[in-house]
Amino acid sequence: MKRVPVQQMVLKENDRIAMELRRLFARRGLLALNLISSPGSGKTSLLEQTLQRLPGDIRASVLTGDIATDNDAMRLARFGSARQITTGGSCHLDAKMVESALAEVTAGQLDILFIENVGNLVCPAGFDLGEDAKVVVLSVTEGDDKPLKYPNIFVRSEVMILNKIDLLPHVPFDIDTVYANAQKIHPGIEMIRTSCTTGEGIDHWLAWLRRRLERVRSRPVAS
Amino acid sequence: MHELGIATNIIETIASQAGRFGGGRPRRVGLRIGDLSGVDRDALDFCFQALVSDSELAPLELEIERVPHRRRCEPCGREFEVDVNRFDASCPVCRNLHTDSVTGYELEIAYVEVEDQ
Repeated sequence: MKRVPVQQMVLKENDRIAMELRRLFARRGLLALNLISSPGSGKTSLLEQTLQRLPGDIRASVLTGDIATDNDAMRLARFGSARQITTGGSCHLDAKMVESALAEVTAGQLDILFIENVGNLVCPAGFDLGEDAKVVVLSVTEGDDKPLKYPNIFVRSEVMILNKIDLLPHVPFDIDTVYANAQKIHPGIEMIRTSCTTGEGIDHWLAWLRRRLERVRSRPVAS
Repeated sequence: MHELGIATNIIETIASQAGRFGGGRPRRVGLRIGDLSGVDRDALDFCFQALVSDSELAPLELEIERVPHRRRCEPCGREFEVDVNRFDASCPVCRNLHTDSVTGYELEIAYVEVEDQ
């Protein structure tokens, strides 16, 4: 037997397309965010709130991924530009799916592209979509030990949205514990508390978006 | 559960690299899989064998090298392994939280072992 070195990333093709997307987003001065959470934690609700309350000088669009249905795009289209990606069974979005769906949502002037991944805390973590940052959404009904149970996504996310905080009086969820657990996995990860029902905390999220957008705009663009 | 897609990618890569094997049959594929790659090694092996068994590549073994998640402490320079089942990114020596990832994200085909002609 002889050993032939290969040294090739298994997801090379995905990574190649993701890098192309990243360059495209950078050229356009666009902030691209990959939103990841388990099903039902409130990604779509957060985006509804975001599209409604985003200041007029920030133009945003959403690519929303689901295994089946275009329910989320229909929900979001009431508030802004949204396009559904139906994965037909796949548990995550990949860069190729984003590339194929992109033309429709980025046609006009755009500042922020939200990519709402398939509801799943596991698989989407491993697939680069060319985003500037991953945003993990966790709701208080899911339990404060989730960062420890799903370290892959928390270690890769720049910010953690703690959603459904209006339900805190009704569930055994401790904010200090979830924060400490998240810091163990990813020292320095930001936490923003929100409720899409009461609107609490959405201002902090919008402020984070503006700061993050400014960071994207101030970075030098490679030719 | 995207291990089936990963297994398909591996098989496609081997097929695309066939020209480098000097006409010999590939018998074993060496993978490096990081603890933070999000890939379940047993599930991947299962999917890989399911795909290979009915194909002209059979028999083809998968040899998986696990790559632990290692971090380096910025202030004290110590490099340490993180048990992803009891994840703690802080430095075991100085307890500082400013630590950077060194390894653990790998999902790589390292080599193919080819039968001698």
